[in-house]
Amino acid sequence: MITLTVNGKVHQTEVDTNEVLIDTLRRLGYKSVKRGCETANCGLCTVLLDDKAILSCSLLSLRADGKHILTLEGVREEAKLLGGFLAEQGGEQCGYCTPGLMMNTIAMKRELVDPTDEEIAHYLMGNLCRCSGYVSQLRAIRQYLEV
Amino acid sequence: MKFVGRQFKKIDSSAITSGKPIYTDDLAAADALIVKVLRSPHAHAIIEEIDVSRAEAQPGVEIVLTHKDVPKTRFTLAGQSYPEPSPYDQLILDSKVRYVGDAVAIVAAQTETQAENALKRIKVTYKKLEPVLDFETAIDHPSIIHDEEVHFNLPQHVGGQDTKRNIMASYGFSFGEDIETTLADCDVTLERAYYMQAAAQSMMETFRSYTYLDARDRLCVITSTQVPFHIKRQLARALEMSPSKIRVIKPRIGGGFGAKQTSESEIYPAIVTLKTGKPAKIVYTRKETFSSSNSRHAMRITVRIGADRSGRIRAIDLHSLSDQGAYGHHGFTTVKLTGEKSIPLYNKLEAAKFSADVVYTNKLKAGAFRGYGATQGTFALESAINELADRLEIDPVDIRQMNIVQEGETTLAFDKLIESSKLDRCIETGAKMIGWHDKPRRRVMEDGTIRATGMAITMQGSGIANIDNATAIIKLNETGDLSLFISASDNGMGTDTVLVQLAAETLKVDPDEITLIAADTDLTPYDPGSYASSGAYVTGMAVVNACNDLKNKMTEMAAAYWNVPPAEVEQKDGAIYHKDTRLPFIDLGRILSVGPSGGTLVGTGSFGHPASPPPYMAGFADINYDPKTGLVKVVDYVGVVDCGTVINPALATVQAESGVVQGIGYALYEDVQYGPTGQLFTNNFLQYKIPTRPDIAQVRIAFEESYEPSGPYGAKSIGEVVINTSAPAIQSAIHAATGRYLYHLPMKPEAILFGEK
Ligand code: FES
Ligand code: FES
Repeated sequence: MITLTVNGKVHQTEVDTNEVLIDTLRRLGYKSVKRGCETANCGLCTVLLDDKAILSCSLLSLRADGKHILTLEGVREEAKLLGGFLAEQGGEQCGYCTPGLMMNTIAMKRELVDPTDEEIAHYLMGNLCRCSGYVSQLRAIRQYLEV
Repeated sequence: MKFVGRQFKKIDSSAITSGKPIYTDDLAAADALIVKVLRSPHAHAIIEEIDVSRAEAQPGVEIVLTHKDVPKTRFTLAGQSYPEPSPYDQLILDSKVRYVGDAVAIVAAQTETQAENALKRIKVTYKKLEPVLDFETAIDHPSIIHDEEVHFNLPQHVGGQDTKRNIMASYGFSFGEDIETTLADCDVTLERAYYMQAAAQSMMETFRSYTYLDARDRLCVITSTQVPFHIKRQLARALEMSPSKIRVIKPRIGGGFGAKQTSESEIYPAIVTLKTGKPAKIVYTRKETFSSSNSRHAMRITVRIGADRSGRIRAIDLHSLSDQGAYGHHGFTTVKLTGEKSIPLYNKLEAAKFSADVVYTNKLKAGAFRGYGATQGTFALESAINELADRLEIDPVDIRQMNIVQEGETTLAFDKLIESSKLDRCIETGAKMIGWHDKPRRRVMEDGTIRATGMAITMQGSGIANIDNATAIIKLNETGDLSLFISASDNGMGTDTVLVQLAAETLKVDPDEITLIAADTDLTPYDPGSYASSGAYVTGMAVVNACNDLKNKMTEMAAAYWNVPPAEVEQKDGAIYHKDTRLPFIDLGRILSVGPSGGTLVGTGSFGHPASPPPYMAGFADINYDPKTGLVKVVDYVGVVDCGTVINPALATVQAESGVVQGIGYALYEDVQYGPTGQLFTNNFLQYKIPTRPDIAQVRIAFEESYEPSGPYGAKSIGEVVINTSAPAIQSAIHAATGRYLYHLPMKPEAILFGEK
């Protein structure tokens, strides 16, 4: 039995010893968290753990015991802002990469001051997107960083 | 126009950006059985024995199926209109396996771990056969991949199939004068062979399907697909059941790029649900998606061109050899586009010829991938044209402007009447944007790296001529709002949104008043699905026709109600007008909902076309080449597109950016690689490199809008044409930088530095 605080809500749940956080979160109903690979390459599964962006596919749920987790469902205001810019640019194409990208972008905004385009590209390098070609997302992220 | 050509967010953007559960696996019941497939470790083998008793005895295991338990009707899972031009050459499970990753057995259990444990306990004895791995020696190879009876819908004299020789298709066309005589008469001729690799579509959502029986015991399939209607028909054939007992629903899809134009995963949970009566789902791993689905056709294309000294291109001959892999999905049609969507770019031709062979090999089956053969054909032909221009010392821009097809012409090759084209303007604008004439094509930078430019042009189609047709239905609800029923199967690009814009434009209503109901075989009208660049053009025109039908019915109704001639009645702003009298839709809906003269008004419209109007694009690459490492980075890419009228500027721009970037991946890094026994090496994102953010610098898109008379408000397609120019434009830039022509994709640093083997 572990205790997870997800988006401010406390969950007590049984987990298998080899269960990874993404599966626990999806089982608890946080379906925004997506999986795109088995090799920690795609970034789709990004959530914030105690305010740090992590890959939820690569963390054993047991290790998240007692921690605070934020998923896209839990960041309404920022999601609305960033999501609005993405939508204006058409950067949310199929949208499958969008939750992970948004979570990492939110973490980046808290961490980097006035990043250049290259710094943004490097920070978000682990967030693959096959649909957009990235440049529309960069335009949206720039707008988001400016507010 | 009020809604066409205007800034308009995707109708599902807030669901996407707030993480709503809208994708297949989000919708599956928590208690659905988990389905897994045992995959063949051999490229070519007969299953001599298969023992599942230990697997069946595992806790939680519901069912284990082998080739002995499945129907024996062969089918194709290529998502194409009936009668499919792809052969019926597969079974759900067969006693023979034809590539590493082919399906051997199906397991369903309560949990994933249980299903995996069961897989490990299936004992299979294989008799290995010699595999056919090299597509250049596949024809008449001693190993025959399909030695069983294969049904082809195409007559042999059209498709040229000969499965006993591993030939899936073989055919050709000639246009104009005799090709050999014309080539012999040319001042300059060039013959080159180009090799294009297989490539993985790599959509972020892997294949997945969820099935259950509804209240009337019908099989419901919620699935990540581009082709719900084809799946319904094909499942019925494969499972030997009535189509009336099947419903296919496409929810929101996490990308497809053609991969999901083949029904990869649906059949497995479907048969489990039918046999057990229980809900079931399969979610492919990324590894399975790479190694057990489909990829782009690898090809060798031999180009022969002849020109006179002034640069007039007189003859083009293209021969394409296409690697089909183990099953014939999309084989005949993909290879056709290598010629059909490249040669007609040039129209001062006297002679043109196109011929093709498609061969079976013991590799992952090839399938649809954005561009669908045009991408391979464009790389070959455009690279050859650039080399010809160099040979003639003519600027690549000029040789295009001298030879390209013009609006109003009929092409010699493939006989296409071109009713809309601004290709000349695309080239001109692109050249201006990249500064083609303002700087030398090769510039040495201070740090010793080299900047260089290159260009290419391309075309695609809009829907399949004489085959595709779509229907749309729009209904005026009693409450005055509208429901639009379509099946265009948006898989991320925004087709649904564009269709709502077209409906709003035609009916002159606020788009918020229109609810879209999409891609559910029980509810929405037939549409072939999301492929062949058909969404905005084919389904788009069906929507316009449906809205006009409803408009006529509404004006007639209102005219009768007011007792005035229909010609005096007008529709705008969500209401019907007669002079100053205004009848809002909501009032019309109310009137219609009561009494003997009422009834729901429904507009229907269909569209199919005898032509497939080509969109055009000119692409210009500006690369930075490091002569120390051989590394190439595209620092600026300019794409100028003629997709007819631009319906949604932001979405069209992103389509173009996305295509350019996928094309850069194809040009420089993406490479499906096999080991000596047919094992796929590149089965994850570590091995198979798709572009990442730091790989992509500047991509600039502009539009030169023509007006396509047959399209909705003048629109043509955009989804596929945009992927084609990157590879040949970069090839030409690499030549400008290094003096080396490359004939193999991807163009890797070793080859750029030391030449190709
Ligand atoms: S699922 Fe791909 S990085 Fe986590
Ligand atoms: S929007 Fe589809 S993967 Fe990014």
